[in-house]
Amino acid sequence: MKNICFYFQIHQPLRLKKYRFFQIGQDHYYYDDFHTEEKIRVLAEQSYLPANRIIADMIRSSNGKFKCAFSISGVALEQLEQYAPDVIDSFRELMKTGSIEFLTEPYGHSLASVFDADEFEMQVNMHADKIENLFGKRPTTLRNTELIYSDEIGETIAKMGFKTVLIEEAKHVMGWKSPNFVYSHAYLNKLKLLVRNNKLSEDIFMRFSSPSWEDYPLTAEKFIGWIASAPSEEKIFNIWMGYESLGVVQRPESGIFDFMKAIPYHAMEHQIGFALPGEIAKKNEATGSLLVTFPTSWWGHEKDLSPWNGNDLQYEALEKLYNISVRVRMCNDKPLLRDWLMLQTSDHFRYMSHKEAYGSHYESPYEAFVNYMNVLADFLDRVHAQYPSSIENEELNELLKTITHQEKEIATLEGEVKKLKARKIKTSDK
Amino acid sequence: MKVLMFGWEFPPHILGGLGTASYGLTRGMAEQEDLELTFVIPKPHGDEDQSFLKIMGACHIPVVWKENSWEHVNHRIGQFMHPDEYFWLRNGIKYDYTRIYTDELGCINFSGRYPDNLIEEISNYEAVASVLAHQVQFDIIHSHDWLTYPAGVFAKHISGKPLVIHVHATDFDRSRGKVNPTVYSIEKRGMDVADHIITVSDLTRRTVIEKYHQDSRKVTTVHNAVEPLPDADAFTKSNRKDKVVTFLGRITMQKGPEYFVEAAHRVLQKTDGVRFVMAGSGDMMNDMIELVAKRGIADRFHFTGFLKGRQVHEMLAESDVYIMPSVSEPFGISPLEAMQVGTPTIISKQSGCAEILTHAIKTDYWDIDAMSDAIYGIVKYPAMYNSLRNLGKEEVNNIKWYDAGLKVRAIYDGVLGH
Repeated sequence: MKNICFYFQIHQPLRLKKYRFFQIGQDHYYYDDFHTEEKIRVLAEQSYLPANRIIADMIRSSNGKFKCAFSISGVALEQLEQYAPDVIDSFRELMKTGSIEFLTEPYGHSLASVFDADEFEMQVNMHADKIENLFGKRPTTLRNTELIYSDEIGETIAKMGFKTVLIEEAKHVMGWKSPNFVYSHAYLNKLKLLVRNNKLSEDIFMRFSSPSWEDYPLTAEKFIGWIASAPSEEKIFNIWMGYESLGVVQRPESGIFDFMKAIPYHAMEHQIGFALPGEIAKKNEATGSLLVTFPTSWWGHEKDLSPWNGNDLQYEALEKLYNISVRVRMCNDKPLLRDWLMLQTSDHFRYMSHKEAYGSHYESPYEAFVNYMNVLADFLDRVHAQYPSSIENEELNELLKTITHQEKEIATLEGEVKKLKARKIKTSDK
Repeated sequence: MKVLMFGWEFPPHILGGLGTASYGLTRGMAEQEDLELTFVIPKPHGDEDQSFLKIMGACHIPVVWKENSWEHVNHRIGQFMHPDEYFWLRNGIKYDYTRIYTDELGCINFSGRYPDNLIEEISNYEAVASVLAHQVQFDIIHSHDWLTYPAGVFAKHISGKPLVIHVHATDFDRSRGKVNPTVYSIEKRGMDVADHIITVSDLTRRTVIEKYHQDSRKVTTVHNAVEPLPDADAFTKSNRKDKVVTFLGRITMQKGPEYFVEAAHRVLQKTDGVRFVMAGSGDMMNDMIELVAKRGIADRFHFTGFLKGRQVHEMLAESDVYIMPSVSEPFGISPLEAMQVGTPTIISKQSGCAEILTHAIKTDYWDIDAMSDAIYGIVKYPAMYNSLRNLGKEEVNNIKWYDAGLKVRAIYDGVLGH
């Protein structure tokens, strides 16, 4: 039986405010709350809430046969909690149906998997905790920021105990291979890879309302027909996209919601089912392994890291940021640690791209760079103020250890003193 | 196709950007082999590069019939024009211009500059155009800037050939809105009569459409380009402790020098190790010196006076940042020249060249905060400097006069109905 696997992504960066160089050292608040709130409210009202209603409807009318997965970045979750708690409630309702799965991802929607494995692990755990806290179930499937994946990253993920990872159908990795099978990591057979079906996904989020497309208008019948006519050995059809595709990228008047609503009916007509990423990996054996030497992602034409790390501006910004990561993790100043997460969000770097700055509110990549670097300069000053930069990381670590040990030692010694005192009293009593 | 062009300046003797643009454009157009260009200027010096077009001096074209021997003509203007051509052109005198003061050859003595009696010189140029229009064979007339519009208009009326005018600037740019009515009327008449109007930027195009009430279908933008600098790598930067930020141009209201001083003040409040240079001269120079003193940054802010020729490129190459905060700039070629020698550039959004440059920082001319932030970014963050330097150089080397020439050609073909 063929299965369709829907997964929707929700992510919005915390937008940086205009931060001039003369604010460095004076102003430690970096975010443009007004625009962040406005953006998330628009998305909630035009996409997340109506789309959740449609999905609830689809689950109900198909007697729970329709299933889909979500991944919401930690940054976006915080925004939803603050500005659109109705969306969180609506997801809790969906969760009760048992037909949806939450995936986990790095909390800050960061590129840590590429630059700092420890940070990556920390952020994934943090995100899994958050999801468990909000929705009551700990995620078992991982999707990295922007579907970034390589053999090396896969190894880290496998070590963390995850069994399934979602990856992009990048031509230079897949070659002639079809995305409609389950694959495994290049040398760790236990880690299963699900591959996005690029064409079917883009048909919905890119081409659905484009009159110049030869298959316009797209109906659910036609769409399911394509899947039904695929070779019978192809079992899994991974259709993944940003959640805002429903209602914002594809406007309601394009008929996108009705299209979605009709999907379960036509699928059942063809005996096509729906599956969640977690179940697919459990039920299906891998048909082969995929060798991914260089990281792939789901952005841009090249499907690589170049949207975030493709020019001199981005190299410098990322290098300056991740150079300080060990030091930041030694700090325990809460506002500082939160800024650390928010400054890692991948969108900040994509806005510095000369070719992929889609959705940027900056006038040019240079403006994005200067603004980010000014903020980062202030942030680095704050980190250095906590621990002077003249001390090496190792040395600092030792000192910190000594300090914590000292406390323990004092505590044990104090305990001993108490005991001795008590004994003395006893003996004097006698 | 034969083109009769009227211009006012041609290198090497130039007074402003008009000469540079005329040279670049004609050179780019001459690469199309079937184009034959005749370029008329008021007063040639004899050392112009004529390898790709023919230069004619209005001061050597007779407008009043006078009898002279072949030898005398040869002695007088032989170095500029063959005497036979003089006698042939003399046959084109159809009107009585004895009211104009002429020399013994019947020619008018042009200054070729921007003298006080400019309006008179413009109308004398018209007289010369009438002789050319009667005698010379051409398919199309092309007039560069308002000084030559009347000549072009007259030539069109005589020959019936289409007229294309090239707007390098309007009086709205030069006067900051306080338009001289005489100049405006000359510009307006030229535009009204023209079969097509070429503007150097969309900014100028809008001015032409909105302020001169032209039909937008008749107005096309052809952005300027920049002549390649063959020895761009010969200009190197000497080792200095301080970064240098440079303003280069006429120190006049149009160029926005006061915004540069204010931005410098902002930057210097936060950081040292940066010096500011204002190169050029102009009527606001003393005001600027005073403003610098008032802000208390005179120890870090320097004036060089007027620079010319190679000095300009040397100054640009020595700079770490070039800034052009012009209040209104029809095109503005100097940022492109700065980028050629690898100097990162900040330009105002009110400059025409901002329309074609990606790897330059653009700010509003009044936005001192954004400007100072950009300066700070370039001097403090090496990636910013390197990106702008390398990508900017690459970008500007791909802006070619040949392509501009092709666009002009397409316009010619359009008005000729090809």
